[in-house]
Parts: sequence; C-alpha cells; structure tokens
Amino acid sequence: MTTTRFQGLIAKNEVAHSRRRRITNTIMLAITGLLTLMALVPLFWIIGYVIYRGGSSLNLAFFTQLPRPLGIAGGGVLHSIEGTAVLAVLSCLFAIPPGVLAAFYAARNPNTPLGITLRFTTDVLAGVPSIVMGLFVYALIVVPSKHFSGLAGGVAMGILMLPTIIRTTEEMLKLVPHTLREGSLGLGTPEWKTSISVMFPAALNGIITGFLLAIARATGETAPLLFTAFGNDNFNIGLIVRGGAQAHQNIFTIIGRIINEPVDSLPLTLWKYAQQPYPERVNQSWGVALVLMIFVLLIEIIARLWVESRKRALQG
Amino acid sequence: METKIAITNNGTPSAESSDKMGIKNLSVFYGKFRALAEINLTVQSNKITAIIGPSGCGKSTLLRSFNRMNDLTASARMDGEILLDGENINASGVDVVDVRRRVGMVFQRPNPFPKSIYDNVAFGPRLYGVRRKNDLNEIVEKCLRQSALWDEVKDKLHQSGLSLSGGQQQRLCIARALAVEPEVILMDEPASALDPISTLRIEELMHDLVKDYTIIIVTHNMQQAARVSDYTAMMMIDDQRAGRMIEFNETNVIFTNPKDKRTEDYVTGRFG
Repeated sequence: MTTTRFQGLIAKNEVAHSRRRRITNTIMLAITGLLTLMALVPLFWIIGYVIYRGGSSLNLAFFTQLPRPLGIAGGGVLHSIEGTAVLAVLSCLFAIPPGVLAAFYAARNPNTPLGITLRFTTDVLAGVPSIVMGLFVYALIVVPSKHFSGLAGGVAMGILMLPTIIRTTEEMLKLVPHTLREGSLGLGTPEWKTSISVMFPAALNGIITGFLLAIARATGETAPLLFTAFGNDNFNIGLIVRGGAQAHQNIFTIIGRIINEPVDSLPLTLWKYAQQPYPERVNQSWGVALVLMIFVLLIEIIARLWVESRKRALQG
Repeated sequence: METKIAITNNGTPSAESSDKMGIKNLSVFYGKFRALAEINLTVQSNKITAIIGPSGCGKSTLLRSFNRMNDLTASARMDGEILLDGENINASGVDVVDVRRRVGMVFQRPNPFPKSIYDNVAFGPRLYGVRRKNDLNEIVEKCLRQSALWDEVKDKLHQSGLSLSGGQQQRLCIARALAVEPEVILMDEPASALDPISTLRIEELMHDLVKDYTIIIVTHNMQQAARVSDYTAMMMIDDQRAGRMIEFNETNVIFTNPKDKRTEDYVTGRFG
C-alpha cells in the first residue's frame, strides 16, 4: 500500500508545485530576455550612433579626394582607402601562403614535435597584443630601411592574420572526411596531390571564410600600423602610376614605389582625425568609422554568399 | 581489358585461374598489438575471393594490406610477403603509388569527391597524364558503362557526384576505381551502407566485373559471400586477440562442408 500513499503525496503537492513551476518559468524567461536585450543594446547603439554621426560626411568627394589643408572644409579620405587596399593585398600575400601550408602540415602531422610546436606558437601568437607586432616589424623592417612603408605595415598585418588563417584552415581540413582522403590515396594519388586536388577543394568554403574574417579583423587594426605604415596624407596610387608611366618605369618599379611609401589606412585616419580640434575633421573621422563598418559588413556578406553558392554547386 | 587475363608481369601466360595475388606469413602490428597473425592466402585471377568473419577479426586490416593502405596508419607495421603477380609489394623500394594504381579500392561508405560526376571518374586518368578531351570522354563513358551507371547519369555528367543516391554514389566510386585500369579491386563491405536493391545491383556488377578483374571483398553478410564469391577465407581472433585465418577454400565447400567446427558455427549462424 506504500505506492498509493506515495502517489497521494504527489497529487497533493501537485497543485502548489505547478504554480511555483509556472512562476519560476516566467521569472527566468523575463530575466534571460532582459539580459539578451541588454547585450544587444551596445551593438545597435554603436551602429546607430556611427550612422548618425558619420552619415552626414559621406559624399562622393569623401571617397575620391585627398584631404584638404587643416581648417578648410571638404576633401576626402581617398588616401586611406587606397592605403587600406594596399595593406590588405600585401598582408594577404604575406599571410596566406605560409598560413595555408602550415595548416596542411598541422592537420596531417598533429603529433610530431613540429606540429605540436606550431599549434602552441599559433595560440601564443593569437594572444600577442597587436601593438607588439607593430613594434616587432618596426625593429625588423623600419629601422634597417630607415623609413616607414606600406611594406612594413603589410608585414605587421600579415603576422596578425597568420594565427586566424592557420587555425581556421587546419580546422576545416580536419573536417574533411578521412574516407575522402583514403579514396584519393587508394587510386594511387600521391599525398601532395591528394592535398591539392581533394582536401583543399573540399575544405575551400571554410578556408575562404577564414581568410575573409582574418582580413576583416586585420584591416580594422590601428596599433600595428602606428609605427610601420605610419600614415601619408598625400598617398595616391593614381598619381604614382601615372607619374611612373610617364617616366617609362616598368611595372615592378611602380609597384616598388607604391609599397615603399608610408601609407594611411582607415583606422589610422580615424585615430588621427578624432584627436584634432577641427570639427570637420572629427566629423570625417565618424565618416571613416562608418566606412570601416560597412566594409567589414560587406566582407561578412560576401563570405556568406560565397559559402552558400559553393554549397549549392557541390551538392548539385 | 582482355590483355590482363592473357599475360602476367613475370611473362608466364596465365590460364583461366592463376595466382594473381598471394599473402605469405603476414602479420600486421598496430604498435605492439598484433592485429593479424601468420596469414597465408592465394587469390586467383578473375575470381571473387570473399573474406568473412566476426567483427574485429582483422578482415579490413587484411584487405588493406593488399594495396598497402595500412601504411596510412602511423603505428601500423607489416611483416611478411604480399605478392602481386609473384612480386613482393611489401618490400622497401616498392612504389606504393604504383601498387595502389594496380590494386584499386572501393570503400564501405561511398566517398565520391565533391566534384562533378565526370571529374570524379576523370580524376585518376588525369592524374596519370591523360589530357586530351576525347580520351577522357571515352574513359569516363566506358567506366560508367562498366559500373552500370551510364544510363542514369549520361545527361547530368557535370552535376556534383554528391547529388546521386547512395547506391549510385557507390557505383560512381567503382567507376572511379576502374578508370585507372586496376588489375585487382578490393571492396570493403561495399554494400553495407546500401538498401537491398542497390546491394543487388552492386552484386550483379561484381559478376560482370570479374570477367576483367580480380576481386577481393570483405563482407559481414553470409548470404552475400555465398552468392557472389568463388573462394572464401574465414577469419577469427585467437586468444591473444590477433586475427587468424582458420579456413580457406572454395565458397561452396566453406558453406556446405566446412572442415573447421568454428566455420560451420559461423556460417550457419550458430556462433556464440
């Protein structure tokens, strides 16, 4: 008869219990909802405020003209848009080839001494403050060459991108089913060829996304550029190319001149303009902030569209 | 394909059934653990040899020895001889890539590359330097016909291999393996992930293929071994948990008149 008594006990408690359960549920739901909103507030606040402050200074001249002298309204930030492009291209050149090859090694040989060292140092590198990268490149390139340059900025940004590229590429390669690798090796494909024609294409979606995220992160950095790329109000690729072509310089000389000059970048310009006592410069720095944000958003959208289209192409 | 039957590498003309592959005193170790012990086996050309036995008895390890796929496991070590046309392929200096071209493999789960159907089949030929469009077209069509997939895919050769059904994917993988002109095809439970109708198609396919190729198949499915194979090797683990071959004979002997009591228990389903 214990069973009946036991059930009776539960039935008696059921009424009070269910009320408490409902109240607890409501309270917890309210708390989590509230905290979620609180987490979203800064995000939308930032976006809204940047659009509000920066939107007014965006016009065609902002993207196509160099800065005017201080105190004179108008002008644009063409120099830092071009500089950011130069830095992005250079940093990809420096970071992607070694990053991808290192990731292939780490994915295939995770337990060799070199593999373990690689993984550990990559984690350490990811945690190094970005300004330290700048300082390192300052000692490595700027001091010996005795001048700031886009090249030095590109190397600093490249080092910053390396950990992201190595880790995402490695993780993506590990996600490729090992049956695919065996299938290729079983046909008599050598290991290197398997990596290039089977593993790499199969992991490409994720790898490209990793590249884009690394670029988005690195182009938003100011600290590593402060004493490498330094900044250059007069940087204008169009002028360099036109001048070079008139002087009959070959393409390598022209490229050399472009990467040899100090360049500006969007975050660097933002940082400089924001401290100046001229209202139009401060407004322009908000404009730069907006452009940077839109740029990162665009990269994000491109990455997602790319992954979706590749998925569709692969699954037919 | 006819030439394969006629002449083997050491120049001796081979009759209808000659030794294509052989295993002499093979032991496979994973680290210190001996997974296979003292295996001896001969594989007749243009016959289907089945390897059966309970789970974990080393069937797949044995199969993967035939084309040195065990090399891919870092801790694996193989002692003994593995003969292909009388030549030991488990010796130093043997080109593993060449061995794997001559001894192809079809895996348990269909594993088409994430490429088009055409590119899946053309992958191997391209690897061995076939570049001309016409040659590739011919190879792709021939291999897809051989694997009985052509009629189903001829209008969508440039769709992804992953868009096919499981059974079609497995036949695509067979076509891909055929495209490098192997002499022996290893099949590791090729139908275990497929439904009964797809399984039947794979078995019919094996019957067709064995005219031109030598086939070794690992299977869990007794009926499948009885239906498709000419010879059967029965494996079992010993008290040190090493896989041993306890009986090898013509399939009908194994299934109707086995010499070993354990084989009889296993093939009649009374094992336990």
